[in-house]
Amino acid sequence: MHKEADIRLPLILGDKSYKDITEDIVKPIEGKAPKTWYLLFMISVVIALWGVGCIVYLLGTGVGVWGLNKTVGWAWDITNFVWWVGIGHAGTLISAVLLLFRQKWRFAINRAAEAMTIFAVMMAGLFPLIHMGRLWLGYWVFPLPNQFGSLWVNFNSPLLWDVFAISTYFSVSLVFWYIGLIPDFATIRDRVTKPLAKRVYKVLSFGWTGDAKAWNRFEIVSLVLAGLATPLVFSVHSIVSFDFATSVIPGWHTTIFPPYFVSGAVFSGFAMVQTLMLILRKAYKLEAYLHVKHVEYMNIVIIVTGSIVGVAYITELFVSWYSGVEYESYAFLNRATGPYWWSYWAMMTCNVISPQLFWFKKLRTSLMFSFFMSIIINIGMWFERFVIIVTSLHRDYVPSSWTYFHPTWVDIGVFMGTLGIFFVFYLLFSRYFPVMPIAELKTILKSSGKNYKEGYGRGKGYWDKNAEH
Amino acid sequence: MADKVIYAMYDDDDTLLNGAKHLVKEGVKVSDVYSPFPLHGIDPVIGVEPTRLGIAAFMYGLTGTMLAIIGIRYMMIVDWPMNIGGKPNFSLHENMLSFVPIFFEFTVLCAAHGMAITYLLRNRTLPGMPSRNPDPRTTDDKFIIEIKSSENAHIEDKKLTDLIKSTGFIEIEEKKF
Repeated sequence: MHKEADIRLPLILGDKSYKDITEDIVKPIEGKAPKTWYLLFMISVVIALWGVGCIVYLLGTGVGVWGLNKTVGWAWDITNFVWWVGIGHAGTLISAVLLLFRQKWRFAINRAAEAMTIFAVMMAGLFPLIHMGRLWLGYWVFPLPNQFGSLWVNFNSPLLWDVFAISTYFSVSLVFWYIGLIPDFATIRDRVTKPLAKRVYKVLSFGWTGDAKAWNRFEIVSLVLAGLATPLVFSVHSIVSFDFATSVIPGWHTTIFPPYFVSGAVFSGFAMVQTLMLILRKAYKLEAYLHVKHVEYMNIVIIVTGSIVGVAYITELFVSWYSGVEYESYAFLNRATGPYWWSYWAMMTCNVISPQLFWFKKLRTSLMFSFFMSIIINIGMWFERFVIIVTSLHRDYVPSSWTYFHPTWVDIGVFMGTLGIFFVFYLLFSRYFPVMPIAELKTILKSSGKNYKEGYGRGKGYWDKNAEH
Repeated sequence: MADKVIYAMYDDDDTLLNGAKHLVKEGVKVSDVYSPFPLHGIDPVIGVEPTRLGIAAFMYGLTGTMLAIIGIRYMMIVDWPMNIGGKPNFSLHENMLSFVPIFFEFTVLCAAHGMAITYLLRNRTLPGMPSRNPDPRTTDDKFIIEIKSSENAHIEDKKLTDLIKSTGFIEIEEKKF
C-alpha cells in the first residue's frame, strides 16, 4: 500500500477522476490537430528532407564533403553521435532507475521521455553509419559468417562494444516502451469511433484484456526490464566513452571518462526532456499532470548531474597538470587558451556555471527559466563533445599536421537534418500515441491526486484510512 | 446446464476489492477481475499465483551469456585469432577482460527480449488479436468481477445473486456459453 504525506504537493492537481485522466490524455488523439501542429510538422519535414538530401549527396560524393581532414578525422559527425546518444539516456533512466527507486513523479514524463530516447538513439546510430561512407556495407559491423576467409569483427575493440551496446539499448528501450504502451492503446481502442482508427489501435493494442493475471505479469515485466535496463543505461555511455578513453590521444586517454560521460548524458537528457515536455504540457493542456513540482524534481537531477560534470572537468584539468605528462598538460591548456577557446568557455559556462543557478528555489521552480536553461544545457553539452573530440585532435604530434576544423554546409545540413527527422517522429508520436501513461497515472490518483488528498467530498483523510492502495 | 458467466461492474477499485474479499469469504469463486490499471492486493484475494516470468528472464539471460562466451571464443580464439598489439589471443580467459562488455550486452539483450516475447505469448497479446475484455469501459474507468456459474455449482443461484448484490456494483450482466 502506498501512502503519501498530506503536506507533500500532490502529483495530480485539480479535481480529476479516472475518467478525466483517460479523457485528458486521449483528447489530443481523438480531436483534430491544431494549426500549430501542422506548421511545426511541415517545418520539421522540410528540414528532415534537407538532411536526407545532404546524406544522399554525401553518400554519392564521399565523406570528403564533410570538413574532416587528415588530422581531424572525427568532428561534427561523432560530436552529434555522442550528443544524440547522451540525450537518449534520459528516457530509460526515468523509466528504469526511477521505477526501481519508486519515484511516482516519473509517470508524468516517462512515456514522452522514452519516445525521445528511441528517436534520439535512432539519430545517433545514423552518424557512425554514414561516417562509414558506404552505408550499404553497414551490416559488416555484425559478426556474420562471410567469405573473406571468415574474418570476424574484433571483439577487443570498443567500437564493436559500441555496436552491441547501442543496438541492445535501442531494442530493449523500444520493447520496454511498447510493453507500457499496450494497455494504453487498448484504452484508445475501446474509445475511438472512427473505423480506421479503431482498426489501427486494435492491431497496436495486441488484444489487451486487462485481467488480473495480465496486470500481474505486466508489473513483473516492467520491474525486471527496469532492472535490466538500469545497468544497460550506465553501460552504454560508459562504452561510448571507451571509444575515446582506450585510445592514446592526449585529452581522450582518461580513466574518468565513463562516470563523467554517464552523468553528462543524464544531464543533457533531462534538459531535452524539459525542452520537449514544457511545450507539450502547454500544447496539450496537461498542466494538471506535469506541474512545477515535477519540473523542480527534474531540475534537482540537473543540479546533481551538472555538478558531477563540473567536478569532472576540473579533475581532468588537475590530473593533466599533476600527471606531469607534457602532452596531457598541453592538450588541456590548449583547450582553454588555444584556437578553440570559445568552445571551451561556452561549455564551461553552459554546463558548470549555469546549472548552479538552480540552487535558488525561485529559479528552479520557474517554468520559463527552466525552459531557457534546458536550451542552454543542450547547447553546452553539444560543445562538450565538440571540445573533447575536435580540440584533442586538431593538434597532432607533428606540428606540420596542426590544423583547424571548419564545418562545411554538409556537416551543418546533416546535423540540422537529424533534428528535423527527430521532430518529425516526435510530432507524430505526440499526435497519435498517448503522451502520458494512462494506466499508470490512474494508479497514483488516490495516493497523490489533489482531490483525493482533500478527501474527495468525504472529509480530509478519508482516503488515507480507506483506500487500499 | 449451460455455463453462465456473471459480470458485475464497479466504478471504484476499492469497492471492487472489498466486494471481491466479501465474495471470496462467502465461498464464491471469483474467476477473474478486469481493470484499467493494476489493482494492488487483488491477486491473493482471487487466487492469482505470482508469475514466473522473472525466473524465465534469468534463464534467458544465462542462455545469452553462454551464447556470447561460446560465440566469441569460437570467433576470436579458435577460428581466426587476431594479433592486436601482441595481446594474448590463444586463450579465452587471458583475453577475457575485453570481452566482458559484449558478454554483458548480449546477456541483457537475450534476457529482455526473451522475457518480452514470453510475456506477450503468455498473455496471448499479439498483433491482430481481438480484444477480449468483457466491456470496453474496463480500459477506461470501470472494474469488472467475473464469476462463472460452473465454478460455483456449490452455491445456489439465489444466494449467489444476493451475495453479488451486497457488493455495491453499478451494473450486472449475464452471458450464457
